[in-house]
Amino acid sequence: MAILARAVQATRSYGPVIALDGVSLDVPAGQLLGLLGPNGAGKSTLLQLLAGLRRPTSGTVELFGGDPRQAWRRRRLGSTPQETGLPPTLRVQEVVGFVAGHFDHPVPTGELLEQFGLTGLDRRQTGGLSGGQKRRLAVAVAFVGRPDLVLLDEPTTGLDVEARHALWDAVRVYHRGGGTVVLTSHYLEEVEALAERIVVIDQGRVRADGTLAEIRSLVPARRLRLRAPDLPGLAGVDRINRHGDRYELWTADSDAVVRQLVRTGIPFADLEVSTASLEEAFLALTSPAGRPAAPAVAGMPR
Amino acid sequence: MSAADGVRLTGLHARYQFTETIRVPIAVIGTMLFPSLSLLFFVVPQSFAADPAAATTATAQLAVFSVMSVCLFNYGVGVAEDRALPWDSYLRTLPVGPSPRLLGRLINGLAFIALSLLPLVLIAWLLTAATLPPSRLVLTAAALLAAGLPLFAGGISIGYSMSTKAALAVANSLLLPLAFAGGLLLPPETFPGWLNSISMCLPTRAGRDLVVSAATGAGVPGSTVFALAGWTVITGSLAVWAYRRDEGRRFR
Repeated sequence: MAILARAVQATRSYGPVIALDGVSLDVPAGQLLGLLGPNGAGKSTLLQLLAGLRRPTSGTVELFGGDPRQAWRRRRLGSTPQETGLPPTLRVQEVVGFVAGHFDHPVPTGELLEQFGLTGLDRRQTGGLSGGQKRRLAVAVAFVGRPDLVLLDEPTTGLDVEARHALWDAVRVYHRGGGTVVLTSHYLEEVEALAERIVVIDQGRVRADGTLAEIRSLVPARRLRLRAPDLPGLAGVDRINRHGDRYELWTADSDAVVRQLVRTGIPFADLEVSTASLEEAFLALTSPAGRPAAPAVAGMPR
Repeated sequence: MSAADGVRLTGLHARYQFTETIRVPIAVIGTMLFPSLSLLFFVVPQSFAADPAAATTATAQLAVFSVMSVCLFNYGVGVAEDRALPWDSYLRTLPVGPSPRLLGRLINGLAFIALSLLPLVLIAWLLTAATLPPSRLVLTAAALLAAGLPLFAGGISIGYSMSTKAALAVANSLLLPLAFAGGLLLPPETFPGWLNSISMCLPTRAGRDLVVSAATGAGVPGSTVFALAGWTVITGSLAVWAYRRDEGRRFR
């Protein structure tokens, strides 16, 4: 499978601050990859390296087999401004037309605007658009050149639920058509809904890399919630949170824990068993408390 | 990138930059009107406005001033402002190299220079004795372009190496000293010897001498071409260096 983008031991520092610390990552063709990490983790820096906006301080970054800082390497790349930084005095059709002018076979403006729910706004100056419309236009221009690889940095920040789902649909349509996507997001739900592969970055390093199921499996698979006066020690429980009489337990085998609970005869109530979510895995991987658990992650493919 | 692509992309960037700038007319009008107003208030009422050579010289000097202010503000401050916007970072992810973007800027600046020269030339023509025979028109335009080269490259160097605030401060603190010491506001014949020696080393003075000579037929000092070429090489190298190291705004 062709590798469209690659980072090899890429490190980037801004003065004394190390934003990215020896990150290696391959983006194969056709993959929908979600980059997860808290603010300042280095996600945006990684995308900026891949898009040729910045040079790695050390290590290498490749786009379509070469240096992304060479303009022609970016012909099959689509990207989006992180903030809604569109030129306020230009009209919607002018912005789309301008970006389209850089590509050989652009999507016709009308078609693109329709796909992103912007029909009828073509003559509006972008400064007069609502926040959500600006965001959608900013994402839309990433697709105007019919790219093979799209880098989406926080694409749905500031969108309402409906607009977010519409945008997800557009990304899915593109991906089903063979497109490759690297997506960063604050919304775990978004990454969970879209990404085939998840890379968790924190403090400039890759903490985990795998499918949704694999990332989830980095934390105990089940969570039990219950109320009880006092719990004795239970075998097979990895972690316990207690707030008054409310307990949260994480375990790989919830059935065994429930059987133990029953045998102890403790008067517990309101038992709930659920699958640990991506959010829990994410928090465990990136929260300071979760870091000592890093050896469990070190075994992950990088 | 083929040459045809390059030309097409240059046109595209020039057109969009022009549209973007012209939609905030007040920013344009300020730069455009200063030289014309200077001519109107400081030259037209003077007795030498009736002297063709003196009036033509004064107009030529202000024309160089126009070129300089567009270079320092449109290129210097304008580029620094653009670089601070996320849109500019976005443009650098498009499959377009530096040349079409820089050439687009160059053309855009030329368009604004032409717009600011229009009222200047009209006032000079209607209200002073300044003359420019058709035979000298092309020569004068070429001299203005040559005079603009180091100023253009200087503007680009400022724009790509500084934040907006720093660029604004530098542009403002360069504008008047370079204009005054370069003989764009007062004729250099009135300078004391020491000031004239400094003046001869400045890019604005070299540009001024070249344009005045092209417009009036006055002689050009031998050092002019060297000064202009030297400054063009220096500012040009600075501009290339500043552009290459630029990664958009940087935060620490």
